[in-house]
Amino acid sequence: MAACAKGLDKCMFSLRLLRNLRLQNERFISTSLGRLAPKEPSKFTPPPKPVVIDKTQTVASLRKFLSPEFIPPRQRTDPFKFAIERKDMIRRRKVLNIPEFYAGCILAVTMADPNASGKINRFVGICIQRGGKGLGATFVLRNIIDNQGVEICYELYSPRVQKIDVLKFEKRLDDNLMYLRDALTEYSTVDPDMKPVPYSSTDEVPVNKMKVRMRPKPWSKRWERPKFNIQGIRFDLSLTPEKMEHAQKWAQPWREYDMLKEYETSKLEEEILSEVQLEMSK
Amino acid sequence: MALRLLSRSLTALLVESSSVIQPRTFSVSAVAAAIQKMTRVRVVDNSSLGNTPYHRAPKVIHVYTKNGVGKVGDRVLLAIKGQKKKALIVGHKMPGARMNPRFDSNNVVLIEDNGNPTGTRIKVPLPTHLRKVEGEDYSKVLAIASSFV
Repeated sequence: MAACAKGLDKCMFSLRLLRNLRLQNERFISTSLGRLAPKEPSKFTPPPKPVVIDKTQTVASLRKFLSPEFIPPRQRTDPFKFAIERKDMIRRRKVLNIPEFYAGCILAVTMADPNASGKINRFVGICIQRGGKGLGATFVLRNIIDNQGVEICYELYSPRVQKIDVLKFEKRLDDNLMYLRDALTEYSTVDPDMKPVPYSSTDEVPVNKMKVRMRPKPWSKRWERPKFNIQGIRFDLSLTPEKMEHAQKWAQPWREYDMLKEYETSKLEEEILSEVQLEMSK
Repeated sequence: MALRLLSRSLTALLVESSSVIQPRTFSVSAVAAAIQKMTRVRVVDNSSLGNTPYHRAPKVIHVYTKNGVGKVGDRVLLAIKGQKKKALIVGHKMPGARMNPRFDSNNVVLIEDNGNPTGTRIKVPLPTHLRKVEGEDYSKVLAIASSFV
């Protein structure tokens, strides 16, 4: 009784299986032509996200930056001189990668030095000033080593310069940080073994809004005077409001209305930027 | 002499830099001469003469060059603690050639007449172009230096 029941069971099971198979087959045959073998219903997999390669974003959203030494000064020289100088600058830039940097960035420069051990000299410092136009463009790095303040003025396009790395990419409130000579030493100290901080090439330049504390006066220059227009010093800690007002006596409010001193560089910048980008991509 | 120097520096401060269009760039006027007579210097080696406190700072009284201006690698005569002592300039505040370091203080290393240093160690970084100074042999000074810039 049990045996035949088992046998019946098996029969029923196999029949059911066959029926299921047939049904499945029919189902599959009706829906997908290429599939003959039966399959169990798969879990729902969401469709893959489309990978959007936005080619328009690569060039257009990159920060537009033209190094300030490309912009020719307002002089009575032939623009041809600046054009050939720019050609030489681009030739040098193709060999050495000169990154985008501003006053306030922390840079590491390796240069060839015949007098140093290993012929190579590496210096890490904060950039306090970028000066000069054309091939003679310079930048000054400052650091404090063994309690001694050291500044080195490097020429950007000198063949002695082998590598320029940006360790920290940021701007400050001023373009010229010469007042760091009169500030407390903690503001000029940079760790020589600092690891480079990664930065993006599309976002805006981060501005470090720190205000620096100064040593007691006398300073090397009267930084409170309006001709320097310094935003990055905490004058309230070193000077009384009366002294600040007295410094305003040297203000020259008529200078911003002086049309002869104006030098509009926006159009020039655009032209030179497009020219430089074209040449560099060749 | 000191008054003349003072007035010179004051006028240098007040004189406007030439035809600046952008008000941000300004000329940082350099010192007229790097190290000359009556400059107060900082002795950077660990000699006892240089490090014991005295009520007067060490001053240069003679510079052994053709003009009276001392740069890195020149010998000078100092007046320290009421005595005369020769010294070697190893760094000054005046900006020099590009690619060479400029220090925040006028540094000097005490030296004997034959060029041997009086101290045994120099903690402050020395400029590398000190090696190339012709004529004199400053190898002993370079040997006691701890770091170069």
